Amino acid sequence: MDRDPLKVQVVSAEKVVWSGEAVQLIARTVEGDIGILPGHEPLLALLVPSRVEIVTADGRQEALFVDGGFISVAEGRVSVLAQEARMGQEISARDAQAELDGLTLKHQNGEATEEEQHRMHLLKAQLAAAEKAAR
Amino acid sequence: MIVGSSLRELRQRRRSVTATKKITRAMELIASSRIVKAQAAARAAMPYTLELTKAVSMLASAYDLDHPLLVEAEKPRRSALLVITSDRGLAGAYSANVLKLGEQVRTYLEEEEGQEVDLFITGQKGLAYHEFRGREVAASWTGFSESPSARDAKTVADELVKRFLTPTEEGGVDEIHIVSTRFESMLKQTPRATRLLPLVVVDDDGKQEAPASANGDEPLFYEFEPDARTVLDALLPLFVSNRIHTALLQAGASELASRQQAMKSATDNAQQLIEQLTRQANQARQAEITQEITEIVGGASALSESA
Repeated sequence: MDRDPLKVQVVSAEKVVWSGEAVQLIARTVEGDIGILPGHEPLLALLVPSRVEIVTADGRQEALFVDGGFISVAEGRVSVLAQEARMGQEISARDAQAELDGLTLKHQNGEATEEEQHRMHLLKAQLAAAEKAAR
Repeated sequence: MIVGSSLRELRQRRRSVTATKKITRAMELIASSRIVKAQAAARAAMPYTLELTKAVSMLASAYDLDHPLLVEAEKPRRSALLVITSDRGLAGAYSANVLKLGEQVRTYLEEEEGQEVDLFITGQKGLAYHEFRGREVAASWTGFSESPSARDAKTVADELVKRFLTPTEEGGVDEIHIVSTRFESMLKQTPRATRLLPLVVVDDDGKQEAPASANGDEPLFYEFEPDARTVLDALLPLFVSNRIHTALLQAGASELASRQQAMKSATDNAQQLIEQLTRQANQARQAEITQEITEIVGGASALSESA
């Protein structure tokens, strides 16, 4: 690839969670998965609670969790913004799994509130990010 | 010198002032260590604010959208006033200043614009102030004035946005104003009033421009997913929440800076008082000794004369 790598930053409401150069970034928008390569046209898209995958310029894989938010791409700069964003390796998969199991049980009995169902989505996304980071 | 104050009393007072000084000194140190953290938190939140503002102003100015959060009411009838205060006192005039400005804004809205004002308060001090005066407070939040998190801000924002989107007839509000303290420097914190909603999305220089590419010739044409309207719908509540978070962070830093200053001058005053009391105590001690000697000498000479 002869294009310059993407300048990526993943920002939560409280701090910059990750920033660096990347050759590829995969995120999940409300319409489906999207892959961003260097030279992507300007884009502003809403994200669902999901895992964001980044292939850095030196070939490492990074996985992050976002609770929604949006991605903006313009002129080789990619910003992923979410109220909450965390590195995959900072998430405790065991805690998330335990909480998810509890909620799933509730959900199967049809007792889960809307909020709890949203929480389940968040937990699944956290798990996905944690698993990917552990690999 | 205080006439009639005995040596014992003076020593007792000095001890109590010394204890007070220890406390104020400790509070000064705590405030100054926390303020570093508060400033770091405010700095760390900057990139989010910048990116979000960029995206929202791009959307709102490049695409003529009449989003409810952007539309001005023709004749606003009710306003929400959010006053950001501290949870604890001992911060000099910090709370008094912001509450005073809050009163001014309230009076202005009620008397000049003929609006009803619903009060929203963060911080225990502001809540106590209004409760003491028997005023109705629509909602209040406490417990995070020194180090507000994004989640705290979201709780406040959700409530305010909900009120804003409710029709006025059903108890909603047409405008939302914030009164909070801006952190200018360690020595200067000024209370300020701003209108939060309807949003005015402008750049710092006050101009609304179509987003231009970095080299400035052609505006960038963004692709939106799913579409511009939906993206703006999702972004504006985030933007409001972010504005409140920024205000809370600034207020938190201001509170700590005020407290540090207040405690520093309290410590200095205590030190002065201690020095003064020590001098008085020494004088009293000297006087007592002189008196005793005089009595002994007087007694001895009386004895020798009679002998």
